[in-house]
Amino acid sequence: MEGSVAYDNDLNLKATELRLGLPGTHEEQQAVSSSTVRNNKRPNGESDARNETAPPPKAQIVGWPPIRSYRKNNSQPKKTESEGVGIYVKVSMDGAPYLRKIDLKVYSGYPELLQAVENMFKFTIGEYSEREGYKGSDYAPTYEDKDGDWMLVGDVPWEMFITSCKRLRIMKGSEARGLGCGV
Amino acid sequence: MMNYFPDEVLEHVFDFITCHKDRNSVSLVCKSWHRIERYSRRRVFIGNCYSISPERLIARFPGVKSLTLKGKPHFADFNLVPYDWGGFVYPWIKVLAETGIGLEELRLKRMVVSDESLELLSKSFVNFQSLVLVSCDGFSADGLAAIAANCRFLRELDLQENEVDDHRGHWLSCFPESCTSLVSLNFACLKGEVNLGALERLVSRSPNLKSLRLNRSVPLDTLQKLLMRAPQLVDLGIGSYVHDPLSEASNKLKHAIQRCKSIMSLSGFLEVAPRCMSAIYPICGNLTTLNLSYAPGIHGNKLTKLIQHCRKLQRLWILDCIGDKGLGVVASTCKELQELRVFPSDPFGAGNDAVTEEGLVLVSAGCPKLNSLLYFCQQMTNAALITVAKNCPNFIRFRLCILDPVRPDPVTNQPLDEGFGAIVQSCKQLKRLSLSGLLTDQVFLYIGMYAEQLEMLSIAFAADSDKGMLYVLNGCKKLRKLEIRDCPFGNAALLEDVGKYETMRSLWMSSCEVTLGGCKTVAENMPSLNVEIINESGQTVFNLDEGQKVDKMYLYRTLVGHRKDAPESNQTYLKCRGDLTRSDHHEPSLNDMIKDMKLKNISGDDDFIISESNNFKLQSQLFEKEEAEIMILKWKRL
Repeated sequence: MEGSVAYDNDLNLKATELRLGLPGTHEEQQAVSSSTVRNNKRPNGESDARNETAPPPKAQIVGWPPIRSYRKNNSQPKKTESEGVGIYVKVSMDGAPYLRKIDLKVYSGYPELLQAVENMFKFTIGEYSEREGYKGSDYAPTYEDKDGDWMLVGDVPWEMFITSCKRLRIMKGSEARGLGCGV
Repeated sequence: MMNYFPDEVLEHVFDFITCHKDRNSVSLVCKSWHRIERYSRRRVFIGNCYSISPERLIARFPGVKSLTLKGKPHFADFNLVPYDWGGFVYPWIKVLAETGIGLEELRLKRMVVSDESLELLSKSFVNFQSLVLVSCDGFSADGLAAIAANCRFLRELDLQENEVDDHRGHWLSCFPESCTSLVSLNFACLKGEVNLGALERLVSRSPNLKSLRLNRSVPLDTLQKLLMRAPQLVDLGIGSYVHDPLSEASNKLKHAIQRCKSIMSLSGFLEVAPRCMSAIYPICGNLTTLNLSYAPGIHGNKLTKLIQHCRKLQRLWILDCIGDKGLGVVASTCKELQELRVFPSDPFGAGNDAVTEEGLVLVSAGCPKLNSLLYFCQQMTNAALITVAKNCPNFIRFRLCILDPVRPDPVTNQPLDEGFGAIVQSCKQLKRLSLSGLLTDQVFLYIGMYAEQLEMLSIAFAADSDKGMLYVLNGCKKLRKLEIRDCPFGNAALLEDVGKYETMRSLWMSSCEVTLGGCKTVAENMPSLNVEIINESGQTVFNLDEGQKVDKMYLYRTLVGHRKDAPESNQTYLKCRGDLTRSDHHEPSLNDMIKDMKLKNISGDDDFIISESNNFKLQSQLFEKEEAEIMILKWKRL
């Protein structure tokens, strides 16, 4: 009767070498069993594709693994969330014995960044104004941009800043005042 | 004596019977109970929207206030059903609106919900309170805007895993200032940005808000403000959780979280900077539900450390990047665990972090209360399954998915028949089972023999012959849903006992061996079943000849015949010979009918569908003669 499929134990036929995927990646067993699975079925696009090279069989079977399509479409692979994607820059403070590093991606804007730096080094920065820079303290936050120039933090839009900032330096004292603070 | 109680007293008694199965049983006792139950029924569950029509629903239950409807077959979740297959809710809302039903709650799963339906819904039912949409599609933010604007007493708007057409956030601003009744708001599946000020004000004026699940666009500082305004929350879904642990924002958040002493359920973390998890620790000790399955950013040590704080966890949904070691931490920490779901973080790769049989064994050993499992893994062994079966005899749901669909036991190279056999033999309360890995007919023999309570079975790439399917159909008396793909089951299995399908909600078979001829035979002999054929290879069903295999067959019992809304192009119904209401039936005796009922175990069904059928109307009339006796007997069983 047409219903019966003899599934032979092809698993031992390693010699068949019906491998899918790059050599040395998958276990032979996996590749063989997936390629012989239900081969007696009427040919359709899927099983033909499976017998071609490269992508592993699981990627070709429609609806497998059985994960809701919403979940498939909304799960980012782990890699993009890893810390390697952050923009880490060194932060130095005049007079401090060692430098720190921060991830600029974590902040949504200047106020957050400056507050974080203030907390890190235990000092206050003062109020920013376009005309006069940072008033009200001995410190001025500066950064080195792609051209190698030392710039005052806060002048350019945030998005532009995080892509052009190579390192941060909290300048202190007379040097800070010299950066256009207008005193 | 019982038959002399006035109706109001019986009605009051029935108020205590809330479970659908029990209410269906009550309705079959005698004519007067049938009548009283009918008028007092408020909540109705319909597992297949095509099994009955809205008109008949209202005719039977004119007082319905809460309706649950399910549409597409389960495999639609995995793209196996064409997008235009059906499952439209509009006709239901239209009829309910036209007949003046006082609808208060609508819960939909796998249905097509248009903006038009949502608009009609929002304008037609003055007292509408609760909308729950799970895995639905067809609507946009405009439909949600109508709900927000027009449902004056809205208590619940719960959107779970829906595919939404557009994601604009304007809908949230449509809640009027007068709306203060919200208890539950879940918009985690939407991608658009909502007006944060409007969100804050909405939460501020919702003193009864218990459940709030935010989407990805809601930033941390808003989260902190919302928590300050709603410390009474019981269920929280975090959208964006990105902050510097040293910052002021982080401190504020810690403080806000600590005020929320009632949070028992936590989910989300759709954007996450994992270094900040410590802010959450203060509430972890109370959590009974934790869903991190959309948070791949939390893994490794951060994840295990978090779990170590969650000693009261009963339900855990997680990604397989937790690894076997991480599951070991779960096993030693979460002694109250009842439900575990482990999803693949990388469905198409061979991730090193993924879980194997070892993780499952550890959890089964450490969590004796485990009764519900969904486990995606790289591999499984018979030995592991046998151990799990011994450790956890209480499984109600056991769904195992080995990512490689026909993988045998890697240690012994054997099929996994014995392992699954042990599960069904040990877990006597098992209601739902999904199989995977290399499987022969033998596993189905075990299932037929031991799985006496089984209601739903999902099979893929398994079995050797028709025998497999026959073991299941003959053995599992309580089977309601059977879904099969890529198995060598053909007409012999399909046609052996077509009467069985009347006792089930539905049967799905795709990429199997059934032919058009086989499907036609079922349809022609069973007027109470709709047999649908879906052919996607571009060939319409009309061009198939009887000996050709069909791509997909979906059959289900129904009281209302063929549906009119099926797409013509790739689908058809197989028409049956004769009428639905043919009168040339011989009248069965009462004994025959009772025997029939017992064999088919019909009265226990969730769906009221079968109790609706003609057979039972007749039966209730017969019952009235022996009213007192029957009442007492049934009462005991309830």
